[in-house]
Amino acid sequence: MSILVNKNTRLLVQGITGRDGSFHTSKMKEYGTNIVAGVSPGKGGQTVDGIPVFNTVEAAVKATGANTSIIFVPAPLAGDAIMEAGEAGVELVICISEGVPTLDMVKATAYLKKKGIKLIGANCPGLITPEEALVGILPGNIFKKGNIGLMSRSGTLTYLMVSLLTQADLGQSTCVGIGGDPVAGLYYQELLQMFQDDPETDAIVLIGEIGGEAEERAAQYIKEHVTKPVVAFIAGQSAPPGKRMGHAGAIISSGSGTAEEKIAAFEAVGVPVARLPIEIPQLIKKLLKIN
Amino acid sequence: MKIHEYQSKEIFSRYAIPVTKEIVCYSADEVCAATEKLGLPVVVKAQVLTGGRGKAGGVKLARTLDAAREAANQILGMDIKGYTVEKVLVAQGVKFNSEFYVGLTIDRNTKSVILMASKEGGVEIEEVAKDNPDAILKFPIDPDLGMTPFFARKIAFALFDDFSLVKQAADLFQKLYKIFLETDASLVEINPLVLTDEGKLLALDGKMTFDDNALYRQPGIEALNEPTEDEKKEIAAHESGLTYIRLEGNIGCMVNGAGLAMASMDVIKHYGGNPANFLDIGGSSSPKKVIDAMNLLLSDKNVKVIMINIFGGITRCDDVARGLVSALDQMKVDIPIVIRLSGTNAEEGLKIIKDYNLPTVNSLSEAAQEAIRLVNLPN
Repeated sequence: MSILVNKNTRLLVQGITGRDGSFHTSKMKEYGTNIVAGVSPGKGGQTVDGIPVFNTVEAAVKATGANTSIIFVPAPLAGDAIMEAGEAGVELVICISEGVPTLDMVKATAYLKKKGIKLIGANCPGLITPEEALVGILPGNIFKKGNIGLMSRSGTLTYLMVSLLTQADLGQSTCVGIGGDPVAGLYYQELLQMFQDDPETDAIVLIGEIGGEAEERAAQYIKEHVTKPVVAFIAGQSAPPGKRMGHAGAIISSGSGTAEEKIAAFEAVGVPVARLPIEIPQLIKKLLKIN
Repeated sequence: MKIHEYQSKEIFSRYAIPVTKEIVCYSADEVCAATEKLGLPVVVKAQVLTGGRGKAGGVKLARTLDAAREAANQILGMDIKGYTVEKVLVAQGVKFNSEFYVGLTIDRNTKSVILMASKEGGVEIEEVAKDNPDAILKFPIDPDLGMTPFFARKIAFALFDDFSLVKQAADLFQKLYKIFLETDASLVEINPLVLTDEGKLLALDGKMTFDDNALYRQPGIEALNEPTEDEKKEIAAHESGLTYIRLEGNIGCMVNGAGLAMASMDVIKHYGGNPANFLDIGGSSSPKKVIDAMNLLLSDKNVKVIMINIFGGITRCDDVARGLVSALDQMKVDIPIVIRLSGTNAEEGLKIIKDYNLPTVNSLSEAAQEAIRLVNLPN
């Protein structure tokens, strides 16, 4: 099982001929992801790494049966690329592009919702089901198959957490980077429910950061719907108020969105919060009663 | 990106939203001339890119010409939260009998533009939000439909009984939504929106902020940007692919990724140290980026030690190591550096560092503790 991506994923890469698109296509392929097509308008008929390139997502889906699309196009074009994937009828869209205008995301998320298609990102590192499918820019070698589900608003902090888990012999079912933008696709609630329903996931790690109130909502959702153990970490405990720390989402505004408030929200519903990344594996082992 | 009140109201005017008659002034003489032109009374308002002007004494009512001059002299040059007041807005005094709040922003939860409105407008709106959240009505706007006439009327009926006011308000909401979309705003706010003695709705104040990600397609908005000295440094960093925010401490940090950079600062704080900055060198780093980053860190004289924490994903550790070595070859660095590399090409990176005779550490906790130890060494 696992969630969202697995051995049955048939991946399409939008922006496959670009610098980042072609580099990560080869990395994902090397990991064993089943990449069936690429799209790059005007470059249909070419191949990249032996993968056929199409002019439109619709043509690619028709010819290859792709069910998942990953997007590497420049930010000004990303909103449109998301909608193109949605219109062509894939089941899941992952947008890696960073710096997408918020109103483009408002439009794109509304369209995908109407079509019943799942979106992850934008401005995210993608996701991985270890030993089955890597759909994103995560470094595959730090992951290990197992029963811990992980979701995070940050990229490299996820890598740090995963390597700590792997070192502690805690493998992962699926790890999802949801991205740090104000308007994004799947968020904590949806993923918590998916992990809750996934028989291969026994515990959940939630990595949040300052800004917004998504962590507070997640805490409430956990209280009402999640019976599996959850542990959390919040980045930005030392951030000064009102400064943007690289993620548009990480803005502390007038008394809401601070690390303190988020930590309190989780602890109030019985979710332990690590103060240092290194405490995460110990907290999980304690909850799962592993020595 | 933020703009001033007078700039926001210029945009409102372009969309035919009624605003106070007003003139921007840079000196007391200009304020007097503006006052004579507008007629007494006037309100003299500091124009600074931060909130809380009123409470800081940056807004004054003047009933005489002398009072206007005195207000100008007091406000021009005043410091408000670290911003020096260089210009004031002289606005015609308006008689009104009630104050409302209207704001449009992005709602992360519904993933849409949301209109917030309240009958309790004025300076205390943040208190209202805290103490009586139900007094602020919230209307998420369906991005497919937009601000349709019926939806605008629905909001207006929630605020007003008099149908002539409902019509004015509905028209205003439609215009504000249009402004929000057409300027790629992240906030459009009128507080207060007043009902004048003549029965007209009027924007007494205005505030707009914009989506930085969309500035590339908003040249007219970008031209209004007035960055502070610190922000200029941040913008220059951004142009070389770095995100830099200066803080007060003495441990210079160089990290890849915003979340990891924040976590690195948290760990330094946890062990009792003080980060000098937030610095995210981003993904796909080239050696040149590392050189730029080193220059940025060394330009802060408070920095006593540099801590480098890299977890390679897109970023390759050997690129960072090569950049660091060539930076050290080019510049004089007389403060210690603590290095931790992990992830993509870490082995190659660590070898380059070792060959250069620089020490490395194995974990973030170790890096933070070592940096703190070095900062605390007697000179």
